[in-house]
Amino acid sequence: MNLKYYRAPDLIKRVLKEIHEYRQPVTFMEVCGSHTMAIGHWGLRKLLPENIRLISGPGCPVCVTPASVIDELIKLKDITIATFGDLIRVPGSDQTLEHARALGADIRTVYSPLEALELSQKRETVFVGIGFETTIPGIAYTILEAGRQNQDNFSVLPLFKLIPPALNALLIDDEVEIDGFILPGHVSAVIGTQAYDFIPQKFGIGGVVTGFEPLDIVLGIKKMIEQINKPQIINEYSRIVTTEGNMAAKATISEVFSIGNAVWRGLGEIPDSGLDIRTEYSQFDALRKYDIQITNIEGNTACRCSSVLKGKIMPFDCPLFAEICTPNNPVGPCMVSSEGSCAAYYKYEK
Amino acid sequence: MKNDIITLGYGSGAALTRQLIREVFVSKFRLPTLDDAACIDNHLTVTTDAYVVNPLFFPGGDIGKLSITGTVNDLSMNGSVPAYLVASFILEEGFSINLLKRIVDSMQKTAEEAGVQIIAGDTKVVEKGKCDGVYITTTGIGFLPEGIDLNVKNIKAGDRIVVNGSLGDHAVAIINARQKLGLDPAPISDCAPLREVIEILLNTTKLRFARDATRGGVATILNEIYEDTGLGVILDETSLPIKDSTTVLCGLLGLDPLYLANEGKLVAVVSEANDDMLIQLKAHRYGQDSAIIGEVTKDVNGVYLRTALGSLRPLLMLASDPLPRIC
Repeated sequence: MNLKYYRAPDLIKRVLKEIHEYRQPVTFMEVCGSHTMAIGHWGLRKLLPENIRLISGPGCPVCVTPASVIDELIKLKDITIATFGDLIRVPGSDQTLEHARALGADIRTVYSPLEALELSQKRETVFVGIGFETTIPGIAYTILEAGRQNQDNFSVLPLFKLIPPALNALLIDDEVEIDGFILPGHVSAVIGTQAYDFIPQKFGIGGVVTGFEPLDIVLGIKKMIEQINKPQIINEYSRIVTTEGNMAAKATISEVFSIGNAVWRGLGEIPDSGLDIRTEYSQFDALRKYDIQITNIEGNTACRCSSVLKGKIMPFDCPLFAEICTPNNPVGPCMVSSEGSCAAYYKYEK
Repeated sequence: MKNDIITLGYGSGAALTRQLIREVFVSKFRLPTLDDAACIDNHLTVTTDAYVVNPLFFPGGDIGKLSITGTVNDLSMNGSVPAYLVASFILEEGFSINLLKRIVDSMQKTAEEAGVQIIAGDTKVVEKGKCDGVYITTTGIGFLPEGIDLNVKNIKAGDRIVVNGSLGDHAVAIINARQKLGLDPAPISDCAPLREVIEILLNTTKLRFARDATRGGVATILNEIYEDTGLGVILDETSLPIKDSTTVLCGLLGLDPLYLANEGKLVAVVSEANDDMLIQLKAHRYGQDSAIIGEVTKDVNGVYLRTALGSLRPLLMLASDPLPRIC
């Protein structure tokens, strides 16, 4: 990819100029946390006209993971917990995984699920399976690999989330007002643009799948505006995303997982928005292996992360934001994760 | 302090580290400053640093080289000429003596390049599993030439910010080696002694302040300058020397090169950034990609980046280690 092209100031400014010609007030939700970060990173929000309001959605896997997950993981004594980075600083009811580690728990941050499988050669290991469609194929592959290796010491705590059902849940909520979605690039590379066809068909609003470079994002916004009166799903990220998605990745997911309900922090239980490990691979299912129950208990009740995740309020509107809740002392997960809306607004928009 | 226990974040070099030093060490030891090095009687400079890098060997260096460059750089940053080092080793039971010899060879070679002598030391062995092979602590002694006064308090509005090359190289080399990411070509650490770079700055411009941009990276140092002086900083994104490979890896992992560790890069604040300075810096092997990246100003409160698109975005002090993102 030619990064210079997608970051060329002249091109981006030209698109921004065209966006400034649009006068109607509109609210677009960027579903994906990486988009929120990219918008902040490039200072794009400040370059948009006031009538175009961008709000952040539920697309940060750490942010939508219930606090009870942390409590359950801390209870797993004498077992290695392997997780991607951000989750270690999310507060549970009493502790973070980082603090549990400092007190002796064996908690490892890994860059890939295969690293966790490698750890299981020496000790009983649970990999914390959080993530959206982007990370799920790699974890499915790891479970298949664990089966090939007959690795009894390895299991996955399935906390996966699927984006389309979450968007559906947002759109049936009368309090949520969105004129269109900036749809996630990486997730869409797996599921394809057709996964969003229900949005214009059922709800009469459109969406643009876009990438993460500044030119991608401003082009995405421009196309959102252009299609606002004829809602459809547009693929601005065709260099990565196809209509059908990645068939091999989807087949691997289907082989290992079946669709199930999932508990989303802030959104509650959403039908068919998660994945269960199929019975053929149940020996790798940490829920069964350790009898873990995931509930939707919230941590600090004053924390408004749930409303932030639905785009009902901006991070600034939470009474804890930047006062009690800061990156040094995060109360809710939206302030913890590098992809979280509150962390992004604290870092870039404060 | 939060939960009253040490977590890895307290070693990040970011805000948590600063908080720990301020609340635990500075207050109890009644230290005059938060600086890495101290000057005794305006002439003798002393500093100490512990090295716990994993892996022990990485493209561009090893723990031995690092244990010399890190400490001589801390001495150099206040203008001192590094002279002597004392090295202390904590070795893990079962560690290979051949590997230890390689590390010690590397230390001696680097010490010779940096113009310092290793004059004493200590060795301890701990039980298997109690450390990561080898930990090294080096204490450095240097001499401060008369008339040199590099201090954060000297910084004034209008001063320019200079770096001596591409940012984030060490951190990216370590991430690639540690996580076996297999980047080709493998990124190389910038691990290097910087006394000669400081010498060029002292000879060609009015150098106000310098700091090697290790843990916490350039952004952390600039935030410390803001905290200590109340003066703002604006960086120019288009001037930042960052390798394409670093940009790509950081994009994939959700990291920001401005917060990544360097081991051969300094942030200098100079009163005038002249052509001679840049020509001489670029002619030096540890300064080839030197650049003026921003300025000190009263116009903003805090540290800001002027993006290539012209907007200003804040560069806050990080709370703790930057973590790679999930997706």
